[in-house]
Amino acid sequence: MLAAHLDPLAASIFSLITIASMLLSFVMLGSRWLKDYMYAFGVQSWLIALLSALVGYYGHYPELYFIAILTILFRGLFLPYLVLRILRRLHVKRELHLVLQPSTSLILGAICVVFSLVVGFRVSTVIGFPENVVVLALTVMFTMKLVGFLILSVRHEAVSHILGLMLLENGIFLGSQILIPGMPLLIELVVLFDLLVAVACFGVLVRYLLARVGSTSSLELKRLIG
Amino acid sequence: MTLCFIVLLIAPLVAVAGALLIRRPRIAEYLNLVASITVFAAAVPLPFLVQTPLFFWHDYLFMDAFGCWVALCTAVVYLLASIYAVGYMRLLNEDNKLPGFYALFAGFAWTMLLAVFVNNIGMFWIAIELTTLVSTFLVGFERAAESIEAAWKYIIVVSAGITLALLGTVLLYWGGSLILGPSYDMTWQVLREVAPQMNPVLLKLGFLLVLAGYGTKVGLAPMHTWLPDAHSEGPTPVSAMLSGALLNTAMLGIVRFLAIVDAANIGSLPHTTLVVLGIFSVFIGTLFIVRQEGVKRLMAYSSVEHMGILALGFGFGGVLGIAGALYHMLNHSLNKSLMFFGAGNSMRRYGTKEMPAIRRVLHEFPVSGLLWLAGAVAITGAPPFGLFLSEFSILRAGFAGQNLWAAIVTLTLLIIIFIGFLRHFAAMYFGRRPEATPQGAIASAWCVVPMWLALVPLLIMGLWWPDGLMRVFDGIAHQLIGPRL
Repeated sequence: MLAAHLDPLAASIFSLITIASMLLSFVMLGSRWLKDYMYAFGVQSWLIALLSALVGYYGHYPELYFIAILTILFRGLFLPYLVLRILRRLHVKRELHLVLQPSTSLILGAICVVFSLVVGFRVSTVIGFPENVVVLALTVMFTMKLVGFLILSVRHEAVSHILGLMLLENGIFLGSQILIPGMPLLIELVVLFDLLVAVACFGVLVRYLLARVGSTSSLELKRLIG
Repeated sequence: MTLCFIVLLIAPLVAVAGALLIRRPRIAEYLNLVASITVFAAAVPLPFLVQTPLFFWHDYLFMDAFGCWVALCTAVVYLLASIYAVGYMRLLNEDNKLPGFYALFAGFAWTMLLAVFVNNIGMFWIAIELTTLVSTFLVGFERAAESIEAAWKYIIVVSAGITLALLGTVLLYWGGSLILGPSYDMTWQVLREVAPQMNPVLLKLGFLLVLAGYGTKVGLAPMHTWLPDAHSEGPTPVSAMLSGALLNTAMLGIVRFLAIVDAANIGSLPHTTLVVLGIFSVFIGTLFIVRQEGVKRLMAYSSVEHMGILALGFGFGGVLGIAGALYHMLNHSLNKSLMFFGAGNSMRRYGTKEMPAIRRVLHEFPVSGLLWLAGAVAITGAPPFGLFLSEFSILRAGFAGQNLWAAIVTLTLLIIIFIGFLRHFAAMYFGRRPEATPQGAIASAWCVVPMWLALVPLLIMGLWWPDGLMRVFDGIAHQLIGPRL
């Protein structure tokens, strides 16, 4: 495995990028402004693209450069652009009804990190690769997963839900770059593509939500119960 | 066989292209119908012909007996729903939207058929995600506030859930890469061969994540929350497709992963988890069936229940459990289509989805009312219909195995469901006369014929479990359990 024989410099750069991406997911968790979510997500995607390129360089996987470019194009530029467009149409700037105050959700997020660290540490020890990079990759992968679910459950705006979902996928993306850089190229390409399709669908749906339900807050979605 | 396979995957695409290019409602309708008949004709012989897996297109696609069986269930529902759609969609009086509807409808069928035959685990994930994307628009097709709400919940809950399956897939691939080297073909077969050498902790973690992820798509409680909304708010043919075909397709993924962890011999955790989820689904189904008011939501919760029973069958395992579960798949597909068709007919006639307003059904529908009633008796698992036989074998597998408690609990819950479900039907059929006479449209023959087509095989399969089918199930069960036993 690549992560097991990295030179110290590469290992520290990888660690730095993963930690920075994790912090950005906390920016998403702690803010109530929809634009902040989007910028944090965009920067996170750029970081992940950088990580792909570096993994490609150190692990000699030339196709990862290609992935890096696609990540920047789709997740770093096109997706934020689409979300910005939706935001402009919606005239919603921030979460209006908070289930949890940002401070409370940050504390919950911290608990998620601790839990992920325990799981990541246990898994990597059992596997026999207790290197820092592996533990970190697993921790961040699980953390971003949990924080994504947290955002999905405590936020109500449709746009927050979309970005929460994207965060879920970003986590997996980031972890898989480090853990399995050799994952067949096709899969990663199609996952990128899939994301694009998903966002297009969301765009359409958000418009209908606004037109038919009159709001994009999931608090209004309470006709179907029982 | 190769010809059947190609026809199976091309026919729906032709219908999609035709509907989009020609843009005439009647042509789209009949193109879709022809495609569904072709798919059905191609799918029927496959489970009986395919003994050893066949590979296509650089091994990205493959055809094994299990996949063919699920494809047959999908094809059956696609055919029935396409016939029904001709009559039902005309009642909506939105002819200009019909080409789009049929393009999506055939596309939905195609994605499900694709998912069944995909050999690569990552591609399987993508195919399942594709089914979600296509069917979201079908659920939201009527564009009422309720439909949009259902579509939104559907795509958010299912997409979020299914990312767990992706995480599980990545972990399993990682486990394999520690043994096989960084790059290898992530097929079901390869992963299964490498599983015994994989670390058990990683394997269990991966399986549980995959189970939670695809379990969301199957509608296993407590991840079922999207299901009643999506199934009740889409147009009726779509409800039938979601319930009768889509859930099976996702279940196929769970069962294939189960076969992988079984090969590694890591104890009873995977099976126990599946059994517990199954019981919980039946339990949730029971609670909501007893106190249900919406007629389509009643059917939707019944789907949660039946997916729970399927999970129990595969969880109990053994040849008997697997054969019962496979038989249950087909029976449920037939029966649930029948139930949704009946619900759609009465919804149109009475102009409401609420059961308290649907009264004296036999007075309005002398013939199809009887079919619907027979279907209701069948879906609760009463003899002499197919579901009785399949539920009976699943319970027998439970009594024979280590999960005796599970079988007993399920049996109790099934009795409660029997009473609760039929109480609703007794009220709808023999309750007090409604104040206003129903004004809605009466369903045409297009809407009644598929009900016959569903009920008759159901009755036959309840009286007689064909020998050929038993041999197919036996083959699939041995493929899944592996040469170990």
